[in-house]
Amino acid sequence: MKPQTLYDKLWNAHLVRQDADGTALIYIDRHLVHEVTSPQAFEGLKLAGRKLWRTASILAVADHNVPTTGREQGIADPISRLQVETLDQNCADFGVTEFKMSDVRQGIVHVVGPEQGATLPGMTVVCGDSHTSTHGAFAALAHGIGTSEVEHVMATQCLVAKKSKVMLVKVDGALGAGVTAKDIALAIIGVIGTAGGTGYAIEFAGSAIRGLSMEGRMTLCNMAIEAGARAGLVAVDDTTLDYVKGRPFAPTAEQWDQAASYWRTLHSDDGAAFDAVVELNAAEIRPQVTWGTSPEMVVAVDGCVPAPASAPDAVKRADWERALAYMGLQANTPISAIQIDKVFIGSCTNSRIEDLRAAAAVIQGKHIAANVTLALAVPGSGLVKAQAEAEGLDKIFIAAGFEWRDPGCSMCLAMNDDRLNPGERCASTSNRNFEGRQGQGGRTHLVSPAMAAAAAIAGHFVDVSKI
Amino acid sequence: MRKFTLLNSVVAPLDRANVDTDAIIPKQFLKSIQRAGFGPNAFDEWRYLDHGEPGMDNSARPLNPDFVLNQPRYQGAQILLARENFGCGSSREHAPWALEDYGFRAIIAPSFADIFFNNCFKNGLLPIRLSAEQVDALFQATAAQSGFQLTVDLENQRVALPDGSGYDFEVDPFRKHCLLNGLDDIGLTLQHVADIQAFEARYHAAQPWLA
Ligand code: SF4
Repeated sequence: MKPQTLYDKLWNAHLVRQDADGTALIYIDRHLVHEVTSPQAFEGLKLAGRKLWRTASILAVADHNVPTTGREQGIADPISRLQVETLDQNCADFGVTEFKMSDVRQGIVHVVGPEQGATLPGMTVVCGDSHTSTHGAFAALAHGIGTSEVEHVMATQCLVAKKSKVMLVKVDGALGAGVTAKDIALAIIGVIGTAGGTGYAIEFAGSAIRGLSMEGRMTLCNMAIEAGARAGLVAVDDTTLDYVKGRPFAPTAEQWDQAASYWRTLHSDDGAAFDAVVELNAAEIRPQVTWGTSPEMVVAVDGCVPAPASAPDAVKRADWERALAYMGLQANTPISAIQIDKVFIGSCTNSRIEDLRAAAAVIQGKHIAANVTLALAVPGSGLVKAQAEAEGLDKIFIAAGFEWRDPGCSMCLAMNDDRLNPGERCASTSNRNFEGRQGQGGRTHLVSPAMAAAAAIAGHFVDVSKI
Repeated sequence: MRKFTLLNSVVAPLDRANVDTDAIIPKQFLKSIQRAGFGPNAFDEWRYLDHGEPGMDNSARPLNPDFVLNQPRYQGAQILLARENFGCGSSREHAPWALEDYGFRAIIAPSFADIFFNNCFKNGLLPIRLSAEQVDALFQATAAQSGFQLTVDLENQRVALPDGSGYDFEVDPFRKHCLLNGLDDIGLTLQHVADIQAFEARYHAAQPWLA
């Protein structure tokens, strides 16, 4: 048989039917639901008198709008409250499993799914959220969908899709000190651009990827969408199986053995053909910092803000000029000279226990700089928070001057009260530095948790590998 | 879904690359549980001088005179001309809802983000990919002549200029069929219930841990 890519295997395993023009129906195993992109879908179902095809495939959790402090008092903003209550009501009406705000299992949907074992290797996973690419770390075909598609999957358990092209991104070699999965992700986007993966699913491979923990792989796949790819993928290995085993939704006993032997086939065959191949040398990747308003506007921490005159073309030059004006930065400024006002450690990219440990290791016994007015540590789920507290990390954060919050999306997109004020500059472990993303006029620099922690202490960006 | 057949309209040029979904509809408006009514807040941060929040009377807010869609010559435009990677960012369908509610029916750009591109078709919006040179030429024509209009003919897959010249474009046959006839995906898929049920039975027998 012709060698297959991992993507081919996942696609073929879920293909219900395909038309001559390639339009296919793909069966969906897991549907994750949150409060922002589901109300109109549930309403559509109700209006059409349709039922859920497979209620057990759905797991719901509110994350975008939830407050990260004073949760006992409920949600103060009436519009946010209505959206969360609407999710609660819809889940009750349709019999959907939901982790409510008061449940210790509540958290960011892309942290909760894997943590519960609701994301399993070989699955198709969808969610009305672009960072669904995160779940590809488990060799699951996972991507974000719009609300019309949310309704479509609810009613039919299928998605209308066409096969993507597949890009292999191979990262070989040993990572340097202080270099993390986040830096790999940003470095890749720096090379291929935010539209570089458009039309592709990206499979991440190579020795540096195999050396990452599941949490690191999730960080990497999370950012695949920032490279334009709807889906990221990493092949199954022992690291995958060790992580999944024993999780609440994972199979047990004989079914575990049966599942595990199937999951071990989930890798690209030797000689499989890819539509594009990009190779990076892990040893050359330095800790990364974005300087602009798109994740591709990124340089190494020991670099400088680039000059628009050196942009490759006129459209990019105009883009860079606008980005510098928005960010309040001058060309050629050393990254280490950029002072920050706020720090955000959290989001579905970097809010898992290893992220919190990495940040805590940097700040232990130190205090945030005088010019840093707010430093937030926001765990990705109630269970991550509990684990961190069991390890005493909360005390390290608090002693260093950080605020220790309840789980949710928080200042990643500032739909709740956590946000930047106009002109404020933030070292953030999230995934998007778009204009206004963390608050109107706010200026976001994307970094790894260790880099954010180091910036919090110094008051400006510093090379975490040198401290 | 509204049918899309032939569209003749003034063209509004948005000369920026990487226009993201947060710019198309800022997140404070995503708290709505409705599908309609996002139009007045499309491009809110660029369009108004003050900070917008849900529930405000948008007609009383100060407009940014420098923002292109506020210029009198582009009022009523149903065709948006844009640059590369339009609609990047989130999967939120609020972005096409806002554009559609604003009055756009077609968007022309050299490239679109995948999820946004998909979402457009499901809301009666036609995203059209032309080459960077063709898009450039259209930006120039739009700037040169006030009231510049284009005709988008979906049936014949052609964008026609007033002088009769034009550009052909590609569109997925299934998406074209749905748009031309105003068909909703769920109804179409449910014609294949038997296929889905048969697949599901086979699949869960082979992978019982998912059943
Ligand atoms: S943490 Fe940020 S990127 Fe992730 S799901 Fe929440 S809002 Fe989206």
